[in-house]
Amino acid sequence: MNNAATVRALSASRIETLKAAFVALVIGLGLVYGAGFANSEGVHDAAHDSRHALSFPCH
Amino acid sequence: MIARLLAAGLGAGVVAGLAVAALQHVTTTPLILAAEVYEAAQHAHDAAQAAPAFEGLRRTAATSFATVAVCIGYALILLAGMVFSGDAVSPRRAALWGACAFAATGLATSLGLAPQLPGAAETDLAGRQLWWLATAASTGAGLYALLRLEAMPAKAIGAALIVAPHFFWPTPAAPESTVPAELAARFAASSLAVQAASWIFAGVLAGLVWRLVTSDMQEPA
Repeated sequence: MNNAATVRALSASRIETLKAAFVALVIGLGLVYGAGFANSEGVHDAAHDSRHALSFPCH
Repeated sequence: MIARLLAAGLGAGVVAGLAVAALQHVTTTPLILAAEVYEAAQHAHDAAQAAPAFEGLRRTAATSFATVAVCIGYALILLAGMVFSGDAVSPRRAALWGACAFAATGLATSLGLAPQLPGAAETDLAGRQLWWLATAASTGAGLYALLRLEAMPAKAIGAALIVAPHFFWPTPAAPESTVPAELAARFAASSLAVQAASWIFAGVLAGLVWRLVTSDMQEPA
């Protein structure tokens, strides 16, 4: 068993994992920002009751 | 990996979001509708005061859609946090992450900005949103440092990050709204409970769906 190769493979999969977590985080924050904070009037009107009900600042 | 994470977040968020939407329908929404009656009376002479953009079933659908979007976001944020810090994703651990997230985005923020009914007196929106986002981020980072890092200086910085935003509370609005205090108090409590439920549901379901979508993997990532 080549230890260096194992370490390289491990760190490659760890980098892959971190990339995936970063993508999920950006999409997650984007969804919360869009529904909870975006200033567009259409989005505000549709999400209005949900913004109040989830304690986001509104109005 | 990316596809599994997104699938778990999406699946968990949709189910959690629909459950929270049902909860909102019987807890917060009736209070919002009641408050709008007072808001309309308050603005009776104000021609610019428009009726709500959505009514009836369309309004319920729009609210539910927004809630599902937020819950998908919550599920993805929790999954990303667990994967990022190398935790094994499980429903129990995800529920704990959700509880900490609620402490950051619900409890810490409500000290400076209590959840408000429509028609409550309010100050400039952008300033309140900025404080809310900064406080949630700072408290979240502070909790992580306090609970997950071993070095004492890191814990001290964590505690400072949790306390610091409260030296910069937004200026409260002059108390001049006509919404009855009893309604407002019930709403503030319900709103926090609904937000707590959203984080916990999103977390538990993310843990459960993650098990499903990774059941074919030899080693859980």
